[in-house]
Amino acid sequence: MSKYVGQRIKRTEDPRLIKGLAHYVDDIRLPDTLHVVFVRSLYAHARINGVDASDALKAPGVVAVYTGKDVAEKIGPVPCASALPDLKVPDYRVLATDKALFVGHPIAAIVATDKYVARDAVDLVSVEYEELPAVVDVEDAAKGGTVIHEKFGHNVAYKLTSGEGDIEAALNSADRIVTQKMIHQRLAPIAMETRGVLARYFPGEEELTIWSSTQIPHLLRTQLALMIGIPENKLRVITPEVGGGFGSKLNVYAEEALLGWISMQLGKPAKWIETRRENFQSTIHGRAQVGTVEIGCKNDGTITGLRYNVFADLGAYHQLLTPAIPTLTGLMLSGAYKIPAIQMNVTGVFTNKMATDAYRGAGRPEATYVVERAMDLVAKELKMDPVELRRKNFPKSDEFPFHTATGLDYDSGNYEAALDKALDLSGYQKLREEQKQVRANGKLIGIGMSSYVEICALGPSQAMPAGGWESATVRIEPTGKVTIMTGASPHGQGQETSFAQIAADELGVDLNDVTVIHGDTAIVQYGIGTFGSRATAVGGTAVLVAIQKLKEKAAKIAAHMLQADSSRLIFEAGRYSLQAATAAGVSEPVVPVGQAPAGALLEPATEGKSSLTIQEIALAAHVAKEIPPDTEPGLSATYFFEPKNFTFPFGTHICVVEIDKETGETKFLRYVAVDDCGKVINPLLVDGQVHGGIVQSIGQALYEEVVYDEQGQLVTGELMDYALPKASQVPWFETDRTETPSPVNPLGVKGVGEAGTIGATPAIVNAIVDALSPYGVKHVDMPVRPEAVWKLISEA
Amino acid sequence: MKQAISINVNGVDHHDEIEPRLLLVHYLRDLLGLTGTHIGCETSICGACTVLLDGQAVKSCTMFAVQADGANITTIEGLAANGQLHPVQEGFWEHHGLQCGYCTPGMIIAATQIIDRNPNPSRDEIRHGLEGNLCRCTGYQHIVEAVEYAAKKAAG
Ligand code: FES
Ligand code: FES
Repeated sequence: MSKYVGQRIKRTEDPRLIKGLAHYVDDIRLPDTLHVVFVRSLYAHARINGVDASDALKAPGVVAVYTGKDVAEKIGPVPCASALPDLKVPDYRVLATDKALFVGHPIAAIVATDKYVARDAVDLVSVEYEELPAVVDVEDAAKGGTVIHEKFGHNVAYKLTSGEGDIEAALNSADRIVTQKMIHQRLAPIAMETRGVLARYFPGEEELTIWSSTQIPHLLRTQLALMIGIPENKLRVITPEVGGGFGSKLNVYAEEALLGWISMQLGKPAKWIETRRENFQSTIHGRAQVGTVEIGCKNDGTITGLRYNVFADLGAYHQLLTPAIPTLTGLMLSGAYKIPAIQMNVTGVFTNKMATDAYRGAGRPEATYVVERAMDLVAKELKMDPVELRRKNFPKSDEFPFHTATGLDYDSGNYEAALDKALDLSGYQKLREEQKQVRANGKLIGIGMSSYVEICALGPSQAMPAGGWESATVRIEPTGKVTIMTGASPHGQGQETSFAQIAADELGVDLNDVTVIHGDTAIVQYGIGTFGSRATAVGGTAVLVAIQKLKEKAAKIAAHMLQADSSRLIFEAGRYSLQAATAAGVSEPVVPVGQAPAGALLEPATEGKSSLTIQEIALAAHVAKEIPPDTEPGLSATYFFEPKNFTFPFGTHICVVEIDKETGETKFLRYVAVDDCGKVINPLLVDGQVHGGIVQSIGQALYEEVVYDEQGQLVTGELMDYALPKASQVPWFETDRTETPSPVNPLGVKGVGEAGTIGATPAIVNAIVDALSPYGVKHVDMPVRPEAVWKLISEA
Repeated sequence: MKQAISINVNGVDHHDEIEPRLLLVHYLRDLLGLTGTHIGCETSICGACTVLLDGQAVKSCTMFAVQADGANITTIEGLAANGQLHPVQEGFWEHHGLQCGYCTPGMIIAATQIIDRNPNPSRDEIRHGLEGNLCRCTGYQHIVEAVEYAAKKAAG
């Protein structure tokens, strides 16, 4: 059964990518394309008293300039799909009308025949600003002062309390309570390909095609149809090659609607490719929470309760999921532990910044960081080894499904197994001994760990704003080639390969005979998209079940053709045959697919055979002369898989760092990651996901931070000012796995896309704090920069 | 005021009249249609636009096309010879050195230079050699393995 599933198979999508022949949005060239460039606010908070584009319009090559007033009545607001009680939802127009609310807020769109001309014309548009005080600090903004959206009277978008159990009693019953304020700094997702849109309107057909670098082609189509007012069945969204997303393209952006609308106005293709500066200014950010955790424990280490009071910096407007992200933090505050009472009190606050939304992990890295830092603080308080404290509070493997005080039911888990494997792999005991010795010599070595649980495979539709299922259509063509259409929208995850692995095994065909099509709403049935570590667990299951449905039909046709009862058929290695004991005569060699003589399409030769390949059945199903009377011709099946629960991957990461006393710099000595993502379809791809995720965690722990100054100016507006980890700054990862299948889907898959960004950050910071513990340091905030560390050392 | 240039790209001579301010990367992508060379920052940081100019890896986003007048350029499209993948391309495929693929052309070009200069690079040397190229997807480890593979393969 498993020729492909579970194997390290190299990707089928790679040849076009390594040869430079793939097509990202900007690589698609259409004749007569117009180029769009945006005039964006220079201020964080300003009244717009006028926009004068007359000079720009005179420039040769400039075709049109559109301002907020031109489009306010024509294009609907940027949508927010989150529904929370008493949520304040500002009217988010695609171009600013009377006020600009963040640096980079689009004010006008310039359309020109050439992109250089369009860029030049930006300087010819004069915007009359009246600067207003900027609202920057999230805690101050919640208290009062300048109000961003006057109609709400304050800057609080919502307040929410979540969790179960009597938190007061739980904390009162504790022997000790540890309290710590923590900052989850604002991050920029930075997909290496920025956003980009190409729109083409066909006036005769009244059809609009939009190529967009997005993770959600179908959801985008629905929303854009509503925004622009075009019938959804006249709008086609295509996601060509997408150069990374990490959540930043799980959204519906103003520019996507504007480009479609502009192409409709001018009857020509229109293209906008985001610059990196625009990407920093106006593509969603992530994290941005400031919170305080209180954790109660007994003297023996038993955790009694956890409370997290947090301010979430939402930015000026809601993008698609902005207000919902902190609620995911609330869901994951139990971490890998039995905690009888948990409470999160979140205050979502408007500030004069770009909106925050789902960045890889989306609310869960914050939760894991809170819990895993808190566990280390408790261990320190009780002078317990952090390993033993964690072990003591794990639910045992026979306690699953495990109900948490955050209202979830963890599907399956064996947290001790992953922990033990990580301890083994790292040689934890020995590491601790070595640490003692080198400390005696004055060296600062730290060992940090994190035992995380994440919530993946989003998710049951009940818990999702716009459906949590995923779809697949599987078709076997007359020539025997297999076509899979998935509603997922991979952009680097490799599902063209992993879904083909599932299909090739299930159908007994060669991997190279399977093609996976995605990201074109005119071809693929409605789908939800790729985010929340869901594509394989939910979308892969849809593929599997669709194939099973297809095989039911194939078996019927086979039975008919072989003149046998279908109960007597077995399917093996791509072939239906009569069970050996009852097979009549000797099976004849069948004509291999692709070598059939001319005219074979009309004459599927089956006479005298005792077995048929699935390809032969596909041909017969299309020719439709030999199929059972009550059977539809053709051989395809579609399935929409609705999961009954989320999945909960977990694992333990252990990190060893050395801190240079002179410079405060952190250097990695070891990094061990043991992850359990359930059943693995392709270990090579899982390793890739884990590595990439950990490096993004290293970015958060040590380097990255979106900085707005007191005037709300974006200080980190280019890659020169925002430090992404480089190859030379990250360690060699020693990865391993345990495999606890998920009962939620028949593949047993849990998902792995976000494990690294969720599990790694606290392991790294815990290691740094451990290294600094000889100086009495209990906590450091991220990003842990050398100067901060150096200060801690020199002030101690 | 357009300026005439002659550039050889991937073995083909091109003669064009271009604006002096046209960036080399836009010349390659927009005029020659060689869209395998990508743009990730336009500030010389990310390396997505890396090409070989007279055998040297350069960032084509921070050069004007007129500065390349008379030069020989190799882009990702020109790396495979006679339909045979370059060992570095092969290494990236074998070792899953790419996910979204956006940084990949620049990475591959930069990696060819590492091996050209040092046929037997250590892992640290590979990592340092790749400092001018950012990848947000892979975490670099598989890229390092890909370059090791290519170095071995090129050494025969
Ligand atoms: S685009 Fe040239 S270095 Fe980034
Ligand atoms: S593979 Fe996506 S940026 Fe490197």
